[in-house]
Amino acid sequence: MSERLTRTAVERVAKLARLDLDDAELDQATERLAGMLHHFADIDALDLSAVEPMTQPYDLVNVLRDDVEQPGLDRQEVLDEAPDAVDGRFGVPPILGLEL
Amino acid sequence: MSDAAWTHDGYEMVVGLEVHVELATKTKLFSASANRFGDEPNTNIDPVTLGLPGALPVLNRQAVELAMRIGVALDCTVQPCTFARKNYFYPDMPKAYQISQYDQPLNVDGRLELSDGIVIGVERAHLEEDTGKSTHIGGTGRIHGSEGSLIDFNRAGVPLVEIVSRPDIRSPEQAKAYVNELRGILVAIGASDARMEEGSMRVDANVSVRRPDAEFGTRCEIKNVNSVRSLGRAIDYEARRQVALIEGGESVRQETRHWDENDGRTHTLRSKEDADDYRYFPDPDLVRLDPGEEWISSVRAAMPMLPAARRRRLAEVTGFDVASEAVATVVERGQDEYILEVAALGAAADRALTHVKEAFADAGAAPKVSAADLASLIAMEVSGELTATQTKTVLADLVAAGGGDARAIAATHGFEALETSELDRFVDEAIAADPDAWAKFCAGEPKAMGALVGYVMKASKGQADGKAVTALLQSRRS
Amino acid sequence: MNGFPSARSIAESIRTGERSARSVLDEHLARINERENEVHAFNLVLAEQAASSADEIDRRIARGENPGPLAGVPVALKDNLCTRGIPTTCSSKILQDWKPPYDATVVTRLANAGAVIVGKTNLDEFAMGSSTENSAFGPTRNPLDVTRVPGGSSGGSAAAVAAGFASLSLGSDTGGSIRQPAALCGVVGVKPTYGAVSRLGLIAFASSLDQIGPFTHDVADAALMLEVIAGHDPGDSTSIPQHFPSLAPSLDRGVSGLRIGRITDLPEGADQDVVDAVDAAFDTLAAAGAEIIDVTIPAFTYGLTAYYLIAPAEASSNLARYDGVRFGSRVAASDTNAMYMATRGAGFGPEVKRRIMLGTYALSAGYYDAYYGKALKVRRLMANDFAAAYEHVDVLITPASPSVAFPFGSKTEDPLAMYLCDTYTIPSNLTGHPAMSVPFGTGEHGLPIGVQVLAPAFGEPTMFAVAAELERSAARGEHV
Ligand SMILES: [Mg+2]
Ligand SMILES: [Zn+2]
Repeated sequence: MSERLTRTAVERVAKLARLDLDDAELDQATERLAGMLHHFADIDALDLSAVEPMTQPYDLVNVLRDDVEQPGLDRQEVLDEAPDAVDGRFGVPPILGLEL
Repeated sequence: MSDAAWTHDGYEMVVGLEVHVELATKTKLFSASANRFGDEPNTNIDPVTLGLPGALPVLNRQAVELAMRIGVALDCTVQPCTFARKNYFYPDMPKAYQISQYDQPLNVDGRLELSDGIVIGVERAHLEEDTGKSTHIGGTGRIHGSEGSLIDFNRAGVPLVEIVSRPDIRSPEQAKAYVNELRGILVAIGASDARMEEGSMRVDANVSVRRPDAEFGTRCEIKNVNSVRSLGRAIDYEARRQVALIEGGESVRQETRHWDENDGRTHTLRSKEDADDYRYFPDPDLVRLDPGEEWISSVRAAMPMLPAARRRRLAEVTGFDVASEAVATVVERGQDEYILEVAALGAAADRALTHVKEAFADAGAAPKVSAADLASLIAMEVSGELTATQTKTVLADLVAAGGGDARAIAATHGFEALETSELDRFVDEAIAADPDAWAKFCAGEPKAMGALVGYVMKASKGQADGKAVTALLQSRRS
Repeated sequence: MNGFPSARSIAESIRTGERSARSVLDEHLARINERENEVHAFNLVLAEQAASSADEIDRRIARGENPGPLAGVPVALKDNLCTRGIPTTCSSKILQDWKPPYDATVVTRLANAGAVIVGKTNLDEFAMGSSTENSAFGPTRNPLDVTRVPGGSSGGSAAAVAAGFASLSLGSDTGGSIRQPAALCGVVGVKPTYGAVSRLGLIAFASSLDQIGPFTHDVADAALMLEVIAGHDPGDSTSIPQHFPSLAPSLDRGVSGLRIGRITDLPEGADQDVVDAVDAAFDTLAAAGAEIIDVTIPAFTYGLTAYYLIAPAEASSNLARYDGVRFGSRVAASDTNAMYMATRGAGFGPEVKRRIMLGTYALSAGYYDAYYGKALKVRRLMANDFAAAYEHVDVLITPASPSVAFPFGSKTEDPLAMYLCDTYTIPSNLTGHPAMSVPFGTGEHGLPIGVQVLAPAFGEPTMFAVAAELERSAARGEHV
């Protein structure tokens, strides 16, 4: 698992995470992520083949809510917090460039 | 119906459908905000719907119940399952992830039988949440060239079930039949109103072509199909496009394509080479869902009769072919129960089916004309009191008035059954008026009968029953 | 204890009319005026709102009502807890002016118990850090030595109690963010059983690890505050539908007959003064009638790796919603994707970006099994090892932090060095078990040391019994 982490891979991760990083930040991120991944190789030696993954501390099951409507939020209170709002809706610039 | 085989230059098409249906719940999948179509923008919102910091999802029991009904109706295995996050950025996706089901969906391995008996496999039917709605402003109203978009989150978080078929579909007709059949089931079990025009049912098609029995070809996913008719057109276009590419020595590229209703073509939306990396992982804010035998059994026990079984029942009672259009049509309209009611009053079931199919197109599942009124009319028709033509006239009046006494309506038209003596008299007149025709008829020329019957009909001002006249002429001859 | 009265005594004096809530508040506000410039515990001091709620408490008392167990007690909230209409920033530029339209469940419960909210405390941005140096609004200083960090990420909440700005405060603990700053600031800090306290309205860092818990002057106050905030909340699917045990009877129970575990294969790295204090704690407990039993937890040493894959993975998804569309700041750009990139690039600080990157990588196609998937299995090993240990012991004792409070800047250049601060606290987050830090002696430079008491799920009563015993012993000055 401790294969070499390339700068190209880090660039792709930054794009996936939608983070603008400049060249210096990318270089630093590559170095630091590589350092961490190297450290995390300590679990490589463990035999985990028979171990079930654990996603939560407690195994709760069937936590369900009745289908009953509750009053929602006031639209104006919410839109007042929005960076851009027009005609009761949230405004965004043209939806482009979302594919990587 | 769905049996028309599609081939083109020796290729067959291989189609799988992904159908998203909005569930008919009162509230959203993970919050108590209203699930209601057509409200003012951003009025059905709460912290969960908007993905506000600190908000947490809690699963809607009724959404699970409806999703289980879908699973049971499609003969799926309903199983313990989990929720996962599908991570991607889009302005109408509030948390930048969709809560969906990934490696452990609620329903798997089902089947759907079309009206002609063909079975389409259902791979899975899982629960997930809907997105909000973007409206593109300025430019052409489409994404490209717009000045920006406005987002309404009323629909965000509405419960969806995504039903994924196996690639078992081989023609546009089958694809359309699958969607119609599925729609009938969804409505019958109360899971969804399944309206494609309103977007409560949305269909994407995975299309590829191949020489029969060859390996599957590269597929394209077709989006933006907004009606059953468009679905057929889009699949047909796309399969022909792929055949032309292959025949032209090129290869099909795996991509997502957009159906354009105006030019009747599909267009590249994005290629799968830059496929999204959704980084699915178990949603730590939600816990396991294990419906359990008891819940599944109660859903099974409460299942209404589904369209396929209803078609079989109606065919049996009426003597019609189970694959006939008449049977399919009235079951789709939900009028089969009504027909059975009419038949239960002693009326001829086949006549009831024919009349309902012809005259009740806009009447809905519970026609205003009472079963008793229709039964009386059919009794008059069968006994020969009314001719076929007269029956139609009376039926039209019944439908327009929302019911009434068939005998009284017939009387207003002056439709009275002729006494046998009167009919005898008309037949005598006809023979006397055209002895030539009578001679030919007696000599065994069946065509000659037309002139004689026509005379009787004219003389009786249409009140004579054609069948009765024919029978009378035949008995006179022998 | 640092000379400040307990929340219990404050509430009692207010309920009996001996003091007014307003005068108690004014005393705390006066201390804030005096030292807040130097300490910077708060992102926001709510002097006016606190005054009006204190006055309301006084009016209710005048009417003969009982405002509740925390009547008139000044409480500070970590600034990642949603407060309706009051800025809640997570010490991030991306949420700089955001005012939530709702209250966190714990905020409602505190208000119902009569607490007076005095302000929102500073933290490492989005609770990611161990020194509160990662705040976008500047670091918090340790009130005991302002050249040193208060620990983190709940450094502001720890400092607020240590400086007497608030009698109680709430923090959140994802990998030690309550226990470590409590240790460094010389106060009590508790991470409850996962699911005991509702997370609704806590701005998520890593959902399967986050828990809210109290900072207090003493163990009995911690018990009181925890009883107020704990309990099932149907609004949090991971909230455990179980009655939270009463803690008061535990406080005077003593440790006689309790089996206390010493982990023999605990990862090394703690400073000698800390090691000595923990040894002294074992001696104290043995002298008080407990049995000390050696156990091993082989997976303990892999906790750091599992944690630093799981927490960033969850965080990368939890923090994706900061996209400049519905709330928070936005950097304008010509299309939506460029807006996302610019908004998030400018809005998040370096440590948050680093963890989002790490988590995104750990979940991405082709790496899931090698990183995130493997970490989930190590998490299971950890739970299994603890379960095995708890067959033999009632609680475990370890250091809370490997060192006393350290100087500013000493670990900021090396993320891994900073991550090592969490070595002893992380396992309880992975297992979901409760753990708390209780001040026990002093180390280098006279700075406080925290001893950590760990217990199995819902083992808070025993954990508090042991913590109370350590506290009594420390008060008698029997050690170090
Ligand atoms: Mg899909
Ligand atoms: Zn879907």
